Parts: sequence; C-alpha cells; structure tokens
Amino acid sequence: MQHGRFLYGLQFAFTIAVCAFLVVPVVMSILAGLTVNYFVGLESGLTLRWVLEVWDGYRDTLFLSLGLALACLVLTLLLGVPLAYLLARSRGRLARAIEELLMLPVAVPGLATALGLIVAYGGLAGFRTSAAFILVGHVLFTLPFMVRSVLAVLSVIDLPTLEEGAASLGAGFAQRFRDIVLPNCRNGILAGALMVVTLSMGEFNMTWLLHTPFTKTLPVGLADAYASLRLEIGSAYTLIFFLLITPLLLALQALARPRRTVFAERDSSAENDS
Amino acid sequence: MMQAVPIYLENCAKTFTDGTRALEPVDLAIAAGETLVLLGPSGCGKTTTLRLIAGLEQPDAGGRVLFGGEDVTALPIEKRNVGMVFQSYALFPNMTVAENIAYGLRLRRQSAAEQRARVGEMLALMRIERLADRSIDQLSGGQRQRVALARALAVRPRALLLDEPLTALDAKLRDTLRFEIDSLLRELGITAIYVTHDQAEAMALGDRIVVMDHGRIAQVGAPRDIYQRPASRYVAEFIGTMNRLSGHAEGEVFRCPGGYVVWPELPATAREILFRPEDTRIAAEGEAASLRGTVSAAFFCGDHVRLFVDVGEERPLVLETPARREYRHGETVALAVERHGLMVL
Ligand SMILES: Nc1ncnc2c1ncn2[C@@H]1O[C@H](COP(=O)(O)OP(=O)(O)O)[C@@H](O)[C@H]1O
Ligand SMILES: [Mg+2]
Repeated sequence: MQHGRFLYGLQFAFTIAVCAFLVVPVVMSILAGLTVNYFVGLESGLTLRWVLEVWDGYRDTLFLSLGLALACLVLTLLLGVPLAYLLARSRGRLARAIEELLMLPVAVPGLATALGLIVAYGGLAGFRTSAAFILVGHVLFTLPFMVRSVLAVLSVIDLPTLEEGAASLGAGFAQRFRDIVLPNCRNGILAGALMVVTLSMGEFNMTWLLHTPFTKTLPVGLADAYASLRLEIGSAYTLIFFLLITPLLLALQALARPRRTVFAERDSSAENDS
Repeated sequence: MMQAVPIYLENCAKTFTDGTRALEPVDLAIAAGETLVLLGPSGCGKTTTLRLIAGLEQPDAGGRVLFGGEDVTALPIEKRNVGMVFQSYALFPNMTVAENIAYGLRLRRQSAAEQRARVGEMLALMRIERLADRSIDQLSGGQRQRVALARALAVRPRALLLDEPLTALDAKLRDTLRFEIDSLLRELGITAIYVTHDQAEAMALGDRIVVMDHGRIAQVGAPRDIYQRPASRYVAEFIGTMNRLSGHAEGEVFRCPGGYVVWPELPATAREILFRPEDTRIAAEGEAASLRGTVSAAFFCGDHVRLFVDVGEERPLVLETPARREYRHGETVALAVERHGLMVL
C-alpha cells in the first residue's frame, strides 16, 4: 500500500513538473509582452505599448497568415476529401502507393520541399513573389493531414455498402456523395480542418524559405521580431498569435465533437417492440 | 398494392476482373409475386446472382436481365427500382430511422406530407413506430433489420432482394423475424429473392428454392420436391440429413454390411440406397428386423431422442425416435426402413 501511494505521488509530481515545464514559458512570454521593461521586471509596470506597436508594424503578416490558412483549408477540402473518398473506395495497390506517397511532404524536411519549389518554379517571377507561392507549399504540407483524417473516418464505416443501399433507393452518384458520403465524413473533415488551419498558421520552416519581403507570414514576422527587435515586441507578437489561434481552435474543436452519444442496446429489446 | 413483376435471367454468367468465375451461364425465371430462395454453401454464387438482378453487377457479355418485358441489363441499380436488404443492414448512420425510411421518397421528390404518410405506414407495418426518431446506433440488430425492410419497401419497389438478412441475428430473434418476413412477403405479394445458406430458412420461406453449387444451379423446385426428390447427391446431402447404405442388389433385396432392405423397385445396378431419418425407425417387436447396428450416440431432445446407429457404414444412420425408452451407448438395435422413402441417386 505504502509503496503504491508513493508511486502515485511520484507520478503526480512528474505530471505537474511536465505541465509546469510547458506552461511556464508561455506565461513568461505573455507577461514579457505586457511588461514595460522585461529586464527590470514586473516592477517596471504593465503596458499595451508593445502589443500596439506589433499591431501597427505587423498587422499585414497576421492577415496574410489568416488568409493563407483559409485558402489552404479550402484547397485541401476540395482536393483532400475527394482524394480520400477515392482511396477509401479502391482496394488496389496503386491506391495504397498513393496513400504512402502523400505522406512524403510531411516526412521530408520543410526546407527541402521549399527548395524543390524554388528550383522548379522560382523562375516564374510573378508567381514567386505572390502569396500563392507560399500557399502551394502549405497545401503540399497539409493535404496529407486532411486526407488521412477523412480516410480514418471512412475506413471504420462500410462505405461501399452504404452507397449501394442509397443507390438501391434511387440515388445517383452526386446524390450519394451529398447525402451519404459527406455527412458520414463530417468528423474526419472537421478534424482535418483543425489540423490544416493550425499547421498552416504555424508553419515556419518552409515558409521562411518561400517568403519574400512582401509575403511575410505571422511566424516569419515573429522570427524577425525576435531576431531584430526588443524581446518585449517578440513576446507581444506571441501574445497576439495566441489570441488569434485559440478561439479559432476552440471553435473548430466544438464543431468536431460528435453530435450524439451512443446508447447501444441489447438485441433482445427487439422482441419487446412487437 | 405492390407492382409485382416477373424477373428473368437469360444466359447470365459472371466472371470478375480477377478471373474468378463466380457464376456459370444461368437461366432462371421468377414468377410475379413469388418468393424465390437462393440456397447454397458460402461462395457458391448466391450474392453474385442477387447483385446481377439488383444491377450492382453486370453479367458477362451475352447475359440479359429482364423485369417483365423490359430489358434492364444496362440499367444501373438506381434506375431499376428494386428494394434491397443487406446482411449488414446498410442503414445510414447520419439519419434517424424516419429519415432512413423517407430517403427513397425524398429522392422521388414526394411532398413532405406524402413522405410523412408513407413513413408512418411503413413504421406501422414493421411495428417500429416508437423508433421513428432514434438514430441508427441506438437500435438493436432486430430493430435495424426491421428498419432496413421498411426503408426498402417504402418506395414500392418492383422486387425485393434480401441477402442473408437474418444471419447476423441470434437464433431466437431469427425465428421471430423469419416468421414476420414470411407473412410480410405473402401479404404484399411482392416478387422477392431471398439469399441464405440456411436450409431451414429456405424451406420455411421459399415458394421455390434454387440450390446452387459452385456457380451452377443444382436444382430448382418447391421445398417439398427438393426435399423428397433431390436431383443429385449434392442436393440430397445439403438439404436435411440423408442416411446412406452401400452394397449391391439381388433382385428385390439390397444387401449391405448391416443386413438387407427389401424394395420392389430396386434398380439392379444400385450400389447405394438413400433415405431420410424420418423414414427410419426402430423395428417393432416381432417385426422382421432387416438391419442391425449398435447405438453410437443418443441425444435426448425432450420429446424425442436423436439416435446415431452404426451399421458398418462410413457414417452412422440417423433417426429420431420417441423418448419413452432410454438408449445406451453400444446397445444393439434392430431398424426398419419405410419403402416409400427409399431412393437412389
Ligand atoms: N468482387 C469480386 N471479385 C472477385 N471475386 C469475387 C467477387 N465477389 C465474389 N467473388 C467470388 O465469387 C464467388 C461467389 O461469391 P458470392 O456470390 O459472394 O458467394 P455466396 O454469396 O454464395 O457466398 C466466390 O468464390 C467469391 O470469392
Ligand atoms: Mg453471400
């Protein structure tokens, strides 16, 4: 007994320590962004000055990141959902190979993917300097996450039979896709969307290489701020990032929650109906 | 109330893209309003035949599927207006029970009032009114099967196709639902094709049974015909239990290791005779006991005993006898066979 309680205590302490290890820097960083002078400490007083300065100087990066994330979401939905559907419906070796290939942009370092894009398309000046260039990189990187999460949902339901059932009732392909496939992918799509938006908002590796002075995203701006300006400004930047991403994630998470709870009943209850 | 159509398969074979020959060329006529059961062991091509009728598979070149006078071979399933009930139910988890039943009506652009009326009718028919607003994951297996039937029937299909609809249910529920499906099919007078590997289910439900063997039709006939006059050893062994004696004919007498059987119509070339357990009985006292054997197993079944008697054959003879008397393992018994039940194949 004594031994068990000791182990439990140890585990508890460890968990708290890990949490603290993760949370303390966040809190410190937020405080730093609100302190008049970080080196003097909190005694120097709290201020919104840094936050406003960041807002004035880096507003554009923020809107670019948001725009990129949303565009990336739209594209991964348009490409990823049909792709996942096709992969789920085909049992062939080709489908499995495509599934594996899709994971490549995740496995390969972002810098390498970015270099590849620059080598291939860097010459197209108009494209190179536009945000679309970054968008392509983000889509490459996030598409597998959308496909995977939709595929995960599709693989647990017997989609072919559900579709056959719908077809027997008179549903053509478009109707089946709208009424049966999409609603049953809903949770996978939402989980995928959560991933895509988060990953696109926070992507730095690839974006850092792909960006131009006119196409700075939020994480790239953050790196600039940390590297070249006062620590307080970098921290205020982090604070804004948090304020932006947290409600977004919470909203998506709320959407992704299953609609109903499952009350499985015993088979014998069927006899009681008649 | 339903528009029953006859269905014809003409020269329908099915070879899958991987080369599997699931069905040899088959001709089959299903009368309007008839319940036809496709029966056979797993892998014999029952589902493939059903899917050809449904329009989920295309027959090999040269095959035709006809609904009444209409050639539907080229029509996809969504244009054939057939009701399907799957073993796994295939109910839509994103819809309630009522929405599932209304789905086919919605596709046919019926008004909300028409849909509501028809759904109510179907719920009442299947006695599941209480379940209308439940989601599918809140239903038991038997309830799901009822919803699947209601959904398939709601659109007034030209034929109802059922693929092992009861296999996933437990034995007691299977009995109840089998009875219900039987009355339902009779009441509706719909052309129905019912796939099963369970011969008892086939006998109970089918107006006619098609016994299938490796993609071929082994026999087509009413349950009674198939049971009493099987066309082949395969059918005889698949339907019910068959007793077998091997030996040779001497005039009217068939001689075998366990004794002899007298049969005036005995063919001179018979090397083997067959008969059902119910045509086998313990010889009465004083009766000439032509067959003798030892009891190798006796199962008490309440009202009767199922006896296995070793008469020196490959397999023991099976018979059912009143449970009044007790039988012990190894005991010697004398048997008699009813002449009208004898057959050679
Ligand atoms: N899509 C398919 N591709 C290849 N072979 C198949 C396919 N569907 C069924 N088969 C094969 O065809 C044969 C008959 O199958 P099926 O009609 O499902 O039999 P049953 O329903 O009588 O169990 C089996 O050998 C099965 O493996
Ligand atoms: Mg089958």
